[in-house]
Amino acid sequence: MSMSPVEGVALAEVESGGDADAPKEEKGFVGRSPGQLAWLRLRGDRTAMVSGALLVFFVLVALSAPLIELLYGIGPSDQFQHKLDRFGMPLGYAGGVSGDHFFGLEPGLGRDIFIRLVYGLRTSLLIAFAAAVITAVLGIALGALAGYLGGWLDAVINWVTDLVLAMPFLIIALALTPTLTLRFYGERDAVSPAFGVGVLIAVFAIFGWTSTARLVRGQVIALREREFVEAAKASGAGLGHMLFRQLLPNIWAPILVSFSLAVPQFITSEAALSFIGVGLTEETPSFGRMIYQSLVYLQTDPAFVFFPGVAIFALVFAFNLFGDALRDALDPKSSR
Amino acid sequence: MARFLIKRIFSAVLTLFAVSVLTFLMFFALPRDPVSGMCPKNCNPERLERVRQELGLRDPLVTQYAGYMKGIFTGRDLGSAQGGRCDAPCLGWSYVNNEAVLDTIARVLPVTLSIVIPAAILWLLLGVGLGMVSALRRGTWLDRAAIGFSLTGASLQLYFVGAVLLLVFVYNLRWLPVPSYTSIFDNPVKWASGLVLAWVALAFLFSAIYARLSRAQMLETLSEDFVRTARAKGLAKRTVYGRHALRAAITPVVTIAGLDVGAALGGTVITETTFGIQGLGRTAVEAVRAGDLPTIMATVLISAVFVVLANVLVDLLYAAIDPRVRLG
Repeated sequence: MSMSPVEGVALAEVESGGDADAPKEEKGFVGRSPGQLAWLRLRGDRTAMVSGALLVFFVLVALSAPLIELLYGIGPSDQFQHKLDRFGMPLGYAGGVSGDHFFGLEPGLGRDIFIRLVYGLRTSLLIAFAAAVITAVLGIALGALAGYLGGWLDAVINWVTDLVLAMPFLIIALALTPTLTLRFYGERDAVSPAFGVGVLIAVFAIFGWTSTARLVRGQVIALREREFVEAAKASGAGLGHMLFRQLLPNIWAPILVSFSLAVPQFITSEAALSFIGVGLTEETPSFGRMIYQSLVYLQTDPAFVFFPGVAIFALVFAFNLFGDALRDALDPKSSR
Repeated sequence: MARFLIKRIFSAVLTLFAVSVLTFLMFFALPRDPVSGMCPKNCNPERLERVRQELGLRDPLVTQYAGYMKGIFTGRDLGSAQGGRCDAPCLGWSYVNNEAVLDTIARVLPVTLSIVIPAAILWLLLGVGLGMVSALRRGTWLDRAAIGFSLTGASLQLYFVGAVLLLVFVYNLRWLPVPSYTSIFDNPVKWASGLVLAWVALAFLFSAIYARLSRAQMLETLSEDFVRTARAKGLAKRTVYGRHALRAAITPVVTIAGLDVGAALGGTVITETTFGIQGLGRTAVEAVRAGDLPTIMATVLISAVFVVLANVLVDLLYAAIDPRVRLG
């Protein structure tokens, strides 16, 4: 049995009998892993369950987008010019909301807003999850190495972190995207939508790892001097064993929380980049792009601004709520 | 203290140097030719080539970079095509705007400052105040309202909030003019009425984050022994919460605030785009689109200076707020 601090805390909590949901067994208390305890706390939290269900719903919608398209009978690039008036504005109330078009039509091209939002959700979630996973891996690796080894490596990684933070993200991303695109495509070649998505993820990976690295570094430094680390060192554990078997299992909770809060941040960053016109190609539906295109119609067709705006708010809100609940569940000290 | 400052400033200068080199390299790889953009269509290849020579675009990168840096510290001669002699903080000549970059910056920097400084004061007061109050009144309706406010604000998008504010207050109610910038020295009322929506939008989103953070910090501090001891000694609630606890709880807030304000001063791209105000951020975006290297360099460097300066300031403030921190 390892003398890890997290398990110590978990044991203390079981003994204090603070867990109301726990089925009473003959012996009086049951040994539970910190993960099980967190899961129990999470299940007892109504906010967590509601926001979690909402997230599952969003993910399911994104995954089954082609199926929804089949049922709905309209594709994301279908245009309904005949349902627009001669100024290109949708006929009918609230931007052309009807039984055929749940959220109305885009002015100008006359594409269906509902199905574009469904596909936009797919794009946003794909980019955000991929970016969050890559930045987490990078941040954990660099942060753990810097914190555990210290010395010049720590100094260098710290300095690079400062450097990345000093670069204005939006401006660099704005410049980097066309440069990268031109390295792979000619001046007039059609850029494939998948490539645009890949470039965005790469840009996020370059800029996003710093906060995880700082977090992990701080946690590792706090653990570095503990007895169990020293014991492992004394028994001749190698670097890999120290990092992956001794240190990381003890700090997965804050990493998980920062991961769950990073996903909505990437969703909003993707939208912000689309907003200043970087990244995705025109035919790729994305929340940010839709809002950007809609702002011109703020006065003439507010419904077009409303639907994408509310959609992205609901998605980010659910993620933030769930991330907060996760933090409360994982942190035994947390106070509510 | 002095040794810490010197070390800190040395590392800050090194960071700025790296930012300038990276930006220079990155934007040189930009797939745009600045010269063909400034010349009308009937330019012949020989003339284009001559202009490139004149601008020094055919020199090796190191020479170009050295020339640029020399211009910042001692000034340099840019040649008749670029306004001749350019004095000490010379940021170069923009071939797109046809003016010295320093003049462009002098025009747009006050705009960004006018947006960020009042907004930052608003969001810090509102955010920290709300966080403190909701921590002290934990569990009441006030606390719940504050949590709701901060979760909503943290999930909203600036361009969406901005769009709604514009729609309501400018287009429908007509209480405010279309956002624009007037110098505060010319007409303070017009200055405020033209920017107030930008302040409100920024302050709403940022104060949400600060309310969350300072509430969590305050709750943690309130559960510490020294607070109980102070209360047990019979000190007034106001003294304990307002002095002892606030001071301990606010340190992490200062870190985040320093970074946020520093980053915002370097250009509020989204805010400026949403409200159609020409500040540092929008200038930078336009410069990237046009491949205007001198303007890009200047805007990126200025925003990096703000971030780095804010970092140093935060470290110094830390020592002032938290007596446990000894700089050495």
